[in-house]
Amino acid sequence: MTGAQMIVEALKREGVEVIFGYPGGAVIDIYDELYKTPEIKHVLVRHEQGAAHAADGYARSTGKVGVCLVTSGPGATNTVTGIATAYMDSIPVVILTGQVPTRLIGNDAFQEVDITGITRPCTKHNFLVKRTEDLPWVLKAAFHIARTGRPGPVLVDLPKDVQQGKAEFHWPEEIRLRSYQPVYDPHPRQVERAYRLLESSTRPVVLVGGGVIASGAHEELLELAERLHLPVTMTLMGLGGFPGTHPQSLGMLGMHGTYYANMAVANSDLILAVGARFDDRVTGKVDAFAPMAKIIHIDIDPTSIQKNVRVDVPIVGDCKRALEKLLQIVKEVGRPEKIWREQFKDWWEQIEIWKKRYPLTYKQDPEYIKPQFVIEKLYELTRGEAIVATEVGQNQMWTAQYYKFDRPRTLITSGGLGTMGFGFPAAIGAQMGNPGKLVIDVAGDGSIQMNIQEMATAMEQGLPIKVIILNNGYLGMVRQWQELFYERRYSAVKFQVLPDFVKLAEAYGALGLRATRPEEVEPVLKQALESDRLTLVDIHIAPEEGVFPMVPAGRATTEMILV
Amino acid sequence: MAEKKHTLSVLVENTPGALARIAGLFSGRGFNIDSLCVAETLDPTLSHLTLVTRGDELIIEQIIKQLRRLIDVYKVVDVTEEEEFVEREMALIKVRAEKETRAEVLRMCDIFRCKVVDVSPRTYTIEVTGPQSKLQAVIELLKPIGIKEIVRTGLIAMKREKKSV
Ligand SMILES: Cc1ncc(C[n+]2csc(CCOP(=O)(O)OP(=O)(O)O)c2C)c(N)n1
Ligand SMILES: [Mg+2]
Repeated sequence: MTGAQMIVEALKREGVEVIFGYPGGAVIDIYDELYKTPEIKHVLVRHEQGAAHAADGYARSTGKVGVCLVTSGPGATNTVTGIATAYMDSIPVVILTGQVPTRLIGNDAFQEVDITGITRPCTKHNFLVKRTEDLPWVLKAAFHIARTGRPGPVLVDLPKDVQQGKAEFHWPEEIRLRSYQPVYDPHPRQVERAYRLLESSTRPVVLVGGGVIASGAHEELLELAERLHLPVTMTLMGLGGFPGTHPQSLGMLGMHGTYYANMAVANSDLILAVGARFDDRVTGKVDAFAPMAKIIHIDIDPTSIQKNVRVDVPIVGDCKRALEKLLQIVKEVGRPEKIWREQFKDWWEQIEIWKKRYPLTYKQDPEYIKPQFVIEKLYELTRGEAIVATEVGQNQMWTAQYYKFDRPRTLITSGGLGTMGFGFPAAIGAQMGNPGKLVIDVAGDGSIQMNIQEMATAMEQGLPIKVIILNNGYLGMVRQWQELFYERRYSAVKFQVLPDFVKLAEAYGALGLRATRPEEVEPVLKQALESDRLTLVDIHIAPEEGVFPMVPAGRATTEMILV
Repeated sequence: MAEKKHTLSVLVENTPGALARIAGLFSGRGFNIDSLCVAETLDPTLSHLTLVTRGDELIIEQIIKQLRRLIDVYKVVDVTEEEEFVEREMALIKVRAEKETRAEVLRMCDIFRCKVVDVSPRTYTIEVTGPQSKLQAVIELLKPIGIKEIVRTGLIAMKREKKSV
């Protein structure tokens, strides 16, 4: 078999159904094989960044490994933002890059770039394949590393002569890497200690992170929270890991979290963190973070534990297995639900007071469309059942606050890296992986322009994605910081020129709609949701609306600006 | 928390990117490397690395965990945490040796059991091996005489076998 054939064969064995990519001289042999392989669907993007984000969106929405294929040099460097985005959010993606022939590596050959060097700090691992016979093993290892442990992107660099060379195809059914053996099973004694802390606490909070979604621990989490009657808050990445509409949900915490989530965490005596990494957007000023709380921290990645905050009970392991173990103890001990309720009764009373004092809210306006209202309507009209991708900025935060995500893998957002231009190509990946489902991208007028070229990709694939642009004419989130912390010096945040998004949609053959007044929101959204093709909705929102509550960067999470 | 020097013994897969990954980890996360020694082991598929770093307890914990997280890293031991270990470093020191100082340099070599490995009309090159404290002492004593050049290997370390049964 040729190397190119081996690569495609390996993809088939890994169950790959779709690849997002862009061809070039260094991958033409692989493309030639794909031409003969109808089982693997190839989605031709318009920019390699789009391919990386689409593979990522596919992975986030399906839980499967996303795959992306690009040529050497500029093709490879164009994926770097996408790789870093996936890395920061622990998303399993395999990126295949073409490379110049091995004999030319290091020669500054045409379209040569040291992509393994460039991506070393933003991949979970990467490989440069030097011999054709190594291909099956390397590809098997790449998928294995991407999806196991704490998932992440793995890049495989494929020199042209390796693709053209011939060797026998030996597919390893099992792979064992002596230096890579993630720990899945939590230490039983640590779980027992965690249980005892829960039993003795009076003001507990569960903090849900993206790890709950990655490990599929949402059911165990729900059962535990309900049985013990625990308040639950989510990080941005954890949204959907616990039902947002559940009476025990406090919504998101952190910089743009709810007042009551931040107050509950700050006053808690015990935090049960599940698959969260205590990012600075969550903790605010670390020294002031939950000063009275003991912390139980469940995470598959030991480096996340004790990195930002001190932890009393570290539990290294898979979130799902750890919660299973914890539930098992809960059941064995068999403390009646009534006792748990009694134990946290005062605490819940306090939380209800906070909830009433500052609920998540905004002021309606007769003239201007409020973005929060748009998201609320969107939630209502979709009954919360859509897969919602977001761009980055205010649009992302309003979506996180007002769309109540009930199920895992329904919010597709760039959390760790905060990549503008992520949402739309990620929505393409999500729609490819979920053909029958409603997929929406909530966008900003700035972000959408960063990968607008993928409109053509979506049209080509016949994807009925709905792009809802919350158009404020500003790089709104930056403007908000300038308003609050730079005395309204609006430096480089106002677009003097914006395209006519409706005409732009039409130019691509998509449906373009617009709303400029509050009463138009519902009919326009309805029309969009009924449309069976790519639809772009340009919603002119109140230009200087802010996202609140807000914890200024570096401050304690109790120092919220409320409206 | 107090900063302390730690000597880490690291076994890594003998693959092309492994060393770059470790170096990148230290620079990317702002950890210190005081010295780094790499060499083959008996098993040709593994390399051994002795790494001297400094930091408070939490930082050292992070460094060790981050190293272990690298796919190519097989094993990390904080030698400093072992009860007893042997540390050695070697230095080559080219020292000015004029008529009036040659004898003194040789006497110093004698006391510290250094070897003269190269001689020129105006210099001696001395090889000194030992724990870092010894190297430091030799360097301090030779300084007034005039050190022209110095090359050090960086520290290597090994845990001592238990003596009691
Ligand atoms: C690629 C990239 N460049 C710059 C930023 C910094 N940034 C964060 S939010 C934001 C404004 C986004 O504007 P828009 O997409 O219109 O969203 P809005 O905040 O107005 O809803 C910018 C520039 C970023 N996050 N990503
Ligand atoms: Mg905007």
